[in-house]
Amino acid sequence: MRRRANRGLTALCMAILLPAQLLAQTPPKSAASDTPNDAGASITVTWPRGEAVGGTTYLVYVAADESGPFHLAAEVEAPLAAVLADDPGNFGRGEEQDATHYVNVSDYALDDGRQSLENDQIYYVRVAVRTDGMELRGAITSAVPEANLINTAKLNNFVIGTALSLIILASISLARRKEMFIRRIAGLEAIDEALGRATEMGKAVMFVHGLREMDKISTIAAVNILGQVARKTAQYDTLLKVTSYDPVVMSVSQETVKEAYVEVGRPDAYNEDNIFVAGTDQFSYAAAVEGMMVRERPAAHIMMGYFYAESLLLAETGSMTGAIQIAGTDAFTQLPFFVTTCDYTLMGEELYAASAYLSREPRMLGSLKGQDIGKAFLIAAILFGSLLATAGWPFITHALAAH
Amino acid sequence: MFLTRTLPTLLAFAFGAVAVLIYYIPHGVAQEIERELSLWLRILYAFAYFLGLYSILNLHWTRIQRRQGGWAYSGVAIASFLVMFLFVVYNDGAGPFAPQASAGGYQWMFTYIHVACSSTMFSMLAFYIASAAYRTFRARSSDAAILLVAAIILMVGRVPIGHAISDFFPEAVAWLMEVPNLAAKRGIILGVSLGAIATSLRIIFGIERSYLGGGDE
Repeated sequence: MRRRANRGLTALCMAILLPAQLLAQTPPKSAASDTPNDAGASITVTWPRGEAVGGTTYLVYVAADESGPFHLAAEVEAPLAAVLADDPGNFGRGEEQDATHYVNVSDYALDDGRQSLENDQIYYVRVAVRTDGMELRGAITSAVPEANLINTAKLNNFVIGTALSLIILASISLARRKEMFIRRIAGLEAIDEALGRATEMGKAVMFVHGLREMDKISTIAAVNILGQVARKTAQYDTLLKVTSYDPVVMSVSQETVKEAYVEVGRPDAYNEDNIFVAGTDQFSYAAAVEGMMVRERPAAHIMMGYFYAESLLLAETGSMTGAIQIAGTDAFTQLPFFVTTCDYTLMGEELYAASAYLSREPRMLGSLKGQDIGKAFLIAAILFGSLLATAGWPFITHALAAH
Repeated sequence: MFLTRTLPTLLAFAFGAVAVLIYYIPHGVAQEIERELSLWLRILYAFAYFLGLYSILNLHWTRIQRRQGGWAYSGVAIASFLVMFLFVVYNDGAGPFAPQASAGGYQWMFTYIHVACSSTMFSMLAFYIASAAYRTFRARSSDAAILLVAAIILMVGRVPIGHAISDFFPEAVAWLMEVPNLAAKRGIILGVSLGAIATSLRIIFGIERSYLGGGDE
C-alpha cells in the first residue's frame, strides 16, 4: 500500500517538474550571419546564453531550403558552448558578447558524409535545445556565406604597422636632407677590427649563416651584412669563406659576394668555391663548420642569422680556436650563448641595423632613426597602457591585442 | 643593369607588397595566390638542392684532391653520401620510383648512424654549456656577479633539492622567469619586429640592395 503511494507521488512530482524544466528551456532565439573575416563557406549562428542546466545540449540544423530537410550541423553541450566574447577579434567585447553563444558552421551532416557550405548561397538555420531527450526547436533564420575582402580583426595590426612604416619612411626621407646621429654599435665597429686582424695575420674570415631559409627576414639581413663584409675583404684582399645551411642561401651569397668583389674592382679575387653548403642537417652543419674552424683556424668568425641549439656548439668551438668572434641573431633563446662565447654580439634588432650601419648610406641610416622613433612610441604605449589597465581601463591593452 | 638591378628591385617591390596585402585579405583569391607562391618557392627549393648537392660534393672532392688537412673525413663524407644514395635508389627492393620504404638499409642507417651521431652532437651541448658558464661567471664584474647569482638560483630552483631546501628557490625562479626574463624577451621581440619592418621597407622600396650585391648607389 505504501509502495503504491510512493510510486504515485513520484509520478505526480515528475508530471509537475518535467514541464517546469522544459518551460525553463524555451526555444532559443537564434540569429545567423556570414562568419566575419574569413574566406567564406561559413556562417555564424548565435543565440542567447541560457541557464546551463546539466544535460542540456544545443543543436544547430542547416537546410538549403526553408521547407527543409534540416540537417544537423553542430551539437554543443551547454556548459561548453562558446560565447562571442571568446573571439573578441571578430565579435568584440562587452556584456552582450558574454551573454551570447555562437558556433561557426562550415558544413552539415548528410546520410553519406558531410556537405560543405558554398559561398553566395542562402542557408536556413534553426537552433534547438535538448534536455532529458526532449528537443525544443527555435524559429528559422537564414544567412549567406561570403568571402570577405578585409580581415577587420587585423585592423589594429594594419594601423600600427602602417603608422610605424610611415615613421620609418619619413625618417628615410628626412635623412636625405639632414645628417642624423646614430648611436655607436660596438659589435659592428668590431667587424672592421676583425677583418683588419685577419688581414694582418694572413688568415681567412669565416662567415657562418644561420639555419633559416632565404625567405626569412633574419637570413636576408645576414646576406645584407655579408655584402658589406665581402666589400671589405675584397678591399683588404683577405680570404672570405661563407658556410651555408641552405642551397638557396648559398646561391644568393655567391651572387652577393661576387657583385661586391666586382664593385671594388677585384673580380679576380672572387672564388665561387669559398661559398658553399656545409650541411643541410642541423648537427651535420654544426659538425662541418666546427671541423673547419678547428682545422683551418680562421682569424675571425662572423655568425649571422637565426640559430638554434647549434649556436653554442659553433661559438664555443670558435672561441677555443682563439678567433675573434662576432655573432648576430634575433633568436633570443640563443643570445645568452653568443653573449658568453663571442667577443661581440648583435642582439635582435642590431642584426637588422647592421647593413645600414655598415654602409653609412644616409637613407639606410634614416630607417634606423625611424626604428628608434617607433620604439619610443611603443614604449610610451606600453607605459600608458599599463597605467590605464592598472586603473581599470584596459582599452589600450584591448586595442593592441593580436587577433 | 635592368636585369641585374631594376628588374629584381621591381620584383621585390611587387612580391613584397602582395605578401603584405595577403596578410590582411582573407578572400579565397588571396589565399590561392599565397598557396601558389609557396608552391613556386617549393619548386625553387627543389632545384636549389641540386646546387647544394653539387656544392657539398665539390667542397669535399676538392679537399681530397688537394690533400688538405682532414681530407680523409671528406672521403668519409663522399662515401657516406654514395652509400646512402644507393640505398635510397634501391628502396628496400621497391626501386627509386616507389614511395620510400619504411624499412631497409636507408632507414637503418638513418636511425642507427645519422640519428645517433646527431644525438651525440646535441648531447655535447651540456659540456659546452658548462665550459661557457665557467668562463662567464669567472669574469669579475658586477654583470657577471648578477648572472652568477641568477644562474645559481635558477639551477637550484629547477631541481627537487631546491624545493626541499626552501620554497624561496621555486618562487624566486618563477619571478626571475616571469618578470625580468620575460620583460627582456619582449623588449627584444619588439626591437626585432621593428627591425624586420624597417628591413622589409628598405627592400620593398629598393633602398636596401646589398642582397643584390652591394648596390646602395
